[in-house]
Amino acid sequence: MAADLWTALFIGILAAFVGYEVISRVPVLLHTPLMSGSNFIHGIVLVGAIVALGFSTTPLEQAIGVVAVIMGAMNVTGGYVVTERILAMFDRSKKRGGP
Amino acid sequence: MIAWQEPLVDAVYVLAVIVFILGLRAMSSPATARRGIVQAGVAMLIAVAVTFVIPGLRESNFALIAIGVIIGSLAGWYWARVVQMTAMPQMVAIFNGMGGGSAAAIAAVELLGNLSNTSVSGLSLAGAIIGATSIAGSMIAFLKLQGWLRSKPIVYPAQQPTNIAVLVVGVALGTYAVWMTQTIWLLPFFLLMLLFGFLLALPIGGADMPVVISLFNALTGIAVALDGFALVSGPLGDAGYAMVIAGTLVGAAGSLLTLLMAKAMNRSVGNVLFGAFGATEETGTTIQGSMKPIEADDVAAMLAYANTVVIAPGYGMAVAQAQQKVKELADLLEAKGVTVKFAIHPVAGRMPGHMNVLLAEAGISYDKLFDRDEINPEFPNVDVVLVIGANDVVNPAAHRAGSPLQGMPILDVENAHNVIVIKRGQGKGFAGIENDLFYKDNCHMLYGDAQAAVGKLVTALKKMD
Repeated sequence: MAADLWTALFIGILAAFVGYEVISRVPVLLHTPLMSGSNFIHGIVLVGAIVALGFSTTPLEQAIGVVAVIMGAMNVTGGYVVTERILAMFDRSKKRGGP
Repeated sequence: MIAWQEPLVDAVYVLAVIVFILGLRAMSSPATARRGIVQAGVAMLIAVAVTFVIPGLRESNFALIAIGVIIGSLAGWYWARVVQMTAMPQMVAIFNGMGGGSAAAIAAVELLGNLSNTSVSGLSLAGAIIGATSIAGSMIAFLKLQGWLRSKPIVYPAQQPTNIAVLVVGVALGTYAVWMTQTIWLLPFFLLMLLFGFLLALPIGGADMPVVISLFNALTGIAVALDGFALVSGPLGDAGYAMVIAGTLVGAAGSLLTLLMAKAMNRSVGNVLFGAFGATEETGTTIQGSMKPIEADDVAAMLAYANTVVIAPGYGMAVAQAQQKVKELADLLEAKGVTVKFAIHPVAGRMPGHMNVLLAEAGISYDKLFDRDEINPEFPNVDVVLVIGANDVVNPAAHRAGSPLQGMPILDVENAHNVIVIKRGQGKGFAGIENDLFYKDNCHMLYGDAQAAVGKLVTALKKMD
């Protein structure tokens, strides 16, 4: 399993650089959707929560697992809806805005 | 025997991660941003769905998973849907907190089930520390933004030694639990980490929220990545890689945004976290001149006969929900041939880009919004600047040695021919610092709630036709 951990570490380091590069060009105008969008992306935690709950055996693990799944689902859904609502406004303002 | 499920799950995760990266990249332009987030949404949905076929998940837990997903999704969807646009900062804070909480809870499950596996338990411990700090801190940020908790810094004696002690004791207990494989110590560990998150956020004031929200967002990303590392090194495997990539992506992006926000205030992140900025008021400086009140009718005339008007909004506009009135005012002025621009300071409001969102909500085209660096050289040629509910971000005290604001890059509105400040009263800004601007010869004060005051301007302008 140690080999997997090292692989994950390499991947993680590369992902950090990708995150830095991708974001460094975002204009101030889009700082809120960027933050809210990345808030949605870390909603991937739901996948981990499902796995953790799926493998749990004791009632205590199950109880905490359910909490993890609920919170993860709130993160991912709420994060998505908020981001989408904000970006919808930027769309609209483009169409409506005059010269 | 290799089941078909594993390659399928892995392939879907790989694709999902690619779409996430492209989705964040699409955020670099307003034209592509929406498409990017919709694609990322679809990818996320498929990634979550495919997780159910991972071999080895206990079928007896499926009902629990389904219940959790349904409750969480409905709650998140409903809440995010019904909330007012002006409450967006607290929404971002709370959903981010949920992510941190989920990461902490996953870590708890991992710790309970794999305490003897040192790499899993060590990484889970790290994920728990950061995740618990993030949920607790985000909750305080939420309460402050919602106005349920005083937004001024909350300070008490020996604050930082106390906070550090809580952190150290908490981490020590967690480490002890892992070391001795005794689950009982995990409970006080988690409680202390939550307490640490609360204590960390308490002394941070409202105006520093853009930095703080962004920071907690980055922290949740890191917590998710750490959980991912724990899953990868345990028997649960594949989902971990997706969490490592997505979590690190957000951790890096969020850290960068946090640094940008801190830089916009010319302060370090450490100073924002531990400085309790705004808890004390500046004393000993006297400013020459006086605040000169002005009537709405006079302001309306001034605006109507201007060539160029720049509107500088701040948190006061958000509080008063004045953005629609501001849009109405801008439209009226443009109909009279006045050029109207908006000057946006990066940390105006309570989250990064807050003003942009509010003005977009009102339907103001984003090509009329200008960054501090774009608009500052133009102020000498601007006839009237209308400051609506902004204070510290237009305070020329930033150029004065010895001021707490010294060095903060501001909107240089005082260079315009005339400045009108719409403000509720004569009070000081968030930072508790007198605003030199209000005493300048070319500055006049229009007192009142932002919505009411701009409404008066609109009425006065309509009368002039």
